[in-house]
Amino acid sequence: MLALSLRGLTKTYQNGTQALKGIDLDVEEGDFFALLGPNGAGKTTSIGIVTSLVNKTAGSVKVFGIDADRDLEAAKSCIGLVPQEFNFNMFESPQTIVTNQAGFYGIPLALARERAEKYLRKLQLWDKRKAMARSLSGGMKRRLMIARALVHEPRLLILDEPTAGVDIEIRRSMWEFLREINEAGTTIILTTHYLEEAESLCRNVAIIDKGRIAMHDCMQDVLRRLHSETFVLNLREPLSGAVPVLPVASAELVDPSTLEVELTQQQDLNAVFTALTAANVHVISMRNKVNRLEELFMRLVTQEGTAGSAA
Amino acid sequence: MNLGKSRASRTFIGFLTILRREYGRIIRIWGQTLVPPAMTATLYFIIFGGLIGQRVGAFDGIPYMEFIAPGLIMQAVITTSYGNVVSSFFGAKFGKHIEELMVSPLPPSIILLGYLGGGLIRGFLVGGLVTIVTLLFTHLHVDHPLLVVASVVLTSVTFSLGGFINAVFAKTFDQINWFPTFVLTPLTYFGGVFYSISVLPGWAQHLSHANPVLYMVNTFRYGFYSHSDVPVGTAFALMLATVAGLFALAYVLLKRGTGIRD
Repeated sequence: MLALSLRGLTKTYQNGTQALKGIDLDVEEGDFFALLGPNGAGKTTSIGIVTSLVNKTAGSVKVFGIDADRDLEAAKSCIGLVPQEFNFNMFESPQTIVTNQAGFYGIPLALARERAEKYLRKLQLWDKRKAMARSLSGGMKRRLMIARALVHEPRLLILDEPTAGVDIEIRRSMWEFLREINEAGTTIILTTHYLEEAESLCRNVAIIDKGRIAMHDCMQDVLRRLHSETFVLNLREPLSGAVPVLPVASAELVDPSTLEVELTQQQDLNAVFTALTAANVHVISMRNKVNRLEELFMRLVTQEGTAGSAA
Repeated sequence: MNLGKSRASRTFIGFLTILRREYGRIIRIWGQTLVPPAMTATLYFIIFGGLIGQRVGAFDGIPYMEFIAPGLIMQAVITTSYGNVVSSFFGAKFGKHIEELMVSPLPPSIILLGYLGGGLIRGFLVGGLVTIVTLLFTHLHVDHPLLVVASVVLTSVTFSLGGFINAVFAKTFDQINWFPTFVLTPLTYFGGVFYSISVLPGWAQHLSHANPVLYMVNTFRYGFYSHSDVPVGTAFALMLATVAGLFALAYVLLKRGTGIRD
């Protein structure tokens, strides 16, 4: 079953900006789905339409088969949203915010309080339950929005930049938590600027650019589309002479101890290491030059930009 | 989310949640929401009722202090009902937490009723406080208790709706103060709170009939003393029609997302 199905979704703002130009998108139930794109590509507008924060110009939205035009309330009851900007009352406590949100979804007060406790504990906010929301740190505020979005236990959770401004330790713990709830059956749609996050968490991905879907595929297939990959090799001894001849697309000495090699899909690292060993060059560590998804993303967006300017 | 409850029951819980949140807000900032109207009423009773009122004498056979009491209660109900909804809804827009309600499955009619309920709660709380203050200065006898309650409800709902519509269109805090300062206050002062329109010249009496507050204050006063400057049946019908018209307008604005949805 499809958790979300968008057809011909179009949005033109009153100032004439066409944010979405007919988007078709399907997200399977149980998926962990990444919706990526540069700033202003249309990600937040799409999410806004799905969650009824933005009026669409044309097109249709179905959530678990429920047409939002026919039964908006039923469609909305399936969704939990973690928006990009803080949108809770800064003068209320986390406990009140989460309990009230449960009430807005029709959860009786006693159960709402239980659920609020459950999710505030899971998001490590229980100790701060009575603090005024504005006194929370940025990371705590983000976690509060996740607890609030989960309190009615939605089948589809949409997270718009949930880890923006969150330190790495908390970000990792949030990833673990999101993996857990996805494994428990919640479909998750994630937008993020941390492409490492999308690559690590998501099984399927769509890249949106200038109001259109530029790519929509499973993460592995998307990454396979990379024709080449660049690796940074750290050498034990500085290289004094020229770079040895290597079976790679290109090789460049960044500094005497750092060698960058670009490999196509037909080339392999074993041959590179054999050639380096033969030349008495020893590699002590290696890493990707950039995150693979980031590389693909940049190529796609650059191509689109070039095609756009050529047109 | 399957709680085994009917949609109507879930919607009702949502409505109660808005009411609880609004009540919590009123109580949390009681120094801003409840105390000032009681303080203002006290000053009015001391100055207009006590010091000046003694020289005014009776109005249509009713001692001046008693004459102005219903008007002062109604004035407090009007300003606080309006002020509660305009500040609560605009605050939610400004702080973006209106989105908590917009993403929820609550229909626009229930969201609107929830905000009106908040205005009504504050109207009744403040009306009750001002009544207590009134009883410190004069006595009140009630001829038609149901009419007293009904006119407070209709007036409070009318001005809660007014506050809601103001908040929908407002883009700045200045714009939520403009209407109360330049429209609501003059209407209230010229609405027969402090005088009977029978003391006005003919043209001013005619003009006063265009003021909706006149009908509300007089219906309320009729509930106490069976005295009114306007026919109570007509006044009541006008109040009902005003509530229906404003509710329809507010509902359409909220459903369209005017001022809150791009």
